[in-house]
Amino acid sequence: MNQITKKRKIKKTSTDFAFDILNYTFFLLFTLICIYPFYYLIINTISSNVLSANGAINFIPQGIHFDNYANVIKIRGLGTALWISILRTVIGTIGTVLASAFLGFMFTQQKMWGRRFWYRVIVITMYFNAGLIPMFLTMKALHLTNNFWVYIIPLIVQPFNVILVKTYVESIPASLQEAAEIDGAGILRIFAKIIFPTSKPILATIAIFSAVGQWNSFYDTLIYITEQKLYSLQYLLYCYINQANSLKALINNAAGTGGNVMSLATQQTPTSIRMSVTVIVVLPILCIYPLFQRYFVKGIMIGSVKG
Amino acid sequence: MRNATVQQLNALKSKKRKRVQGIKLFLYIVPFLILSFVFSYYPLHGWIYAFYDYRPPLKLSQCDFVGLQWFNMMIGNKTQLRLIWQVMLNTFAMSGLALVTSFFPVIFAIFLSEIKCKWFKNFVQTFTTVPNFISWVMVFSVAYSLFTNSGMVNTLLMHLHIINEPMKFLDSDAHTWLTMLLWAIWKGLGWGAIMYLAAIAGVDQELYEAARVDGANRFKLMRHITLPALLPTFFVLLMLSIANFLNNGLDQYYVFQNAFNKEHIQVLDLYVYNVGMTGASYSLATAIGMLKSIVSVTLLFVVNFVSKKTRGESIV
Repeated sequence: MNQITKKRKIKKTSTDFAFDILNYTFFLLFTLICIYPFYYLIINTISSNVLSANGAINFIPQGIHFDNYANVIKIRGLGTALWISILRTVIGTIGTVLASAFLGFMFTQQKMWGRRFWYRVIVITMYFNAGLIPMFLTMKALHLTNNFWVYIIPLIVQPFNVILVKTYVESIPASLQEAAEIDGAGILRIFAKIIFPTSKPILATIAIFSAVGQWNSFYDTLIYITEQKLYSLQYLLYCYINQANSLKALINNAAGTGGNVMSLATQQTPTSIRMSVTVIVVLPILCIYPLFQRYFVKGIMIGSVKG
Repeated sequence: MRNATVQQLNALKSKKRKRVQGIKLFLYIVPFLILSFVFSYYPLHGWIYAFYDYRPPLKLSQCDFVGLQWFNMMIGNKTQLRLIWQVMLNTFAMSGLALVTSFFPVIFAIFLSEIKCKWFKNFVQTFTTVPNFISWVMVFSVAYSLFTNSGMVNTLLMHLHIINEPMKFLDSDAHTWLTMLLWAIWKGLGWGAIMYLAAIAGVDQELYEAARVDGANRFKLMRHITLPALLPTFFVLLMLSIANFLNNGLDQYYVFQNAFNKEHIQVLDLYVYNVGMTGASYSLATAIGMLKSIVSVTLLFVVNFVSKKTRGESIV
């Protein structure tokens, strides 16, 4: 082995060397392009707003202060939106994890009546959808529009997660379940005491993907929600960006009429508000992602087994 | 004789018990089947709105049945036809560009695996995948911060005296397709490479050693060992993206759309939203959405068939 590596080192030609340099440079640049925007947002929110508004803060924060965050928290609606986003992330994740675990496990029970048929019935829903308007009308008929539960209930049964759990449970030795059955354990007991604990790795993966999905979701607020008290953080931020847009337009076109729009930005500049909220929304993901990266990677790998 | 009947009886009993047990097990999943039915199958009944002139406060029974009027209307008058044509063009352009660039993650993974410095590799892998987990709203917010008049890019260019007036990156219709593609690449490239990286890690190291002994250089190894190892995965993903040709998704185009770029950013999904939710007609939007769904499912079947024929493996 040692000899081989030695040989390889000798063999390193100038083309190899040039390639390495190009390669490292490319990846360094691309990585910087990926993280710099977030760095830019963060340093601008903690720098002096005057400097930031002039576009003077590009690499190093100056005049550090945290007033932006302190003030942004006070904006009416933001606290509620944060609360909604947290709630839907927690409840939605728990709901879909429990449901996927239970359904995936149940579909491994050979004795179930019509097992293969019902499994197909669930899985096939991955491949079609009724479309926007029929979905909207259905939710409306179910009184789920302008209702917090529209964030949770439609997302409980997720075919893909069910497939993941089923495949995983099938790899657990059946003797475990048989032994428990002989001891007189019912199906729910077997699920709670044996299957749930042993499936933890796959459930963690599902939990993480669904939590990120819930946190990032924007579409469902856009379509099903009109009441501001049910806005998710993502949607509220979108509104802020647009208000900043119209604010700018108003100032440009007719100076006098911008009064009520300005109230959003009493002390802060629209830019600083927008950036601070963005950081608040993105930061949890920036912090959590590197810690759980391996779960994410594992998730996509297990998923790809089924194609 | 008697023994046999007892046995038969017992067998019957155990069969019955088994069935009862089977039904019992089934009952546990009924609530979930109901959920699946309500949110996946039941909404399909809404396709019927495509054949009515549905006006929301009224009930469907009070609205006129118009048959295929909406379908005819899509191609009927000239302005509408031009609009649909443009929307289809946008959809095909965006999906086409995504297809054409779908080999980028393969290259990315192959080159990244050539980096031997472990911490640097991990560093790249971690930070290039982060944008994938940021929603499109956030991406737009980031784009807005960097590219507005007072954003970082404009101020930098002005300081360097490359431009005298701020360039309108977002409020313009120049290169809309390309910009959208670039944002999608920024967001998705690193994550897209993850699966290929894992596939590379699974390649038998002895293959490389053997090839090296035979005098293959690094580029030959990449070309003849690494690349072929990735092709099956690439093929499956390619097929799936062909099946999803009409489904660009709404989020990206919705957040980036404005009065300036509307003509070139409106893909089918966004068009359905704009027609249905912001005014024109529920029925027309349903009709378009219905056509889209049918075409998508058909594409999926075709692609699956092709995959079965060529690789002997189905993808769904």
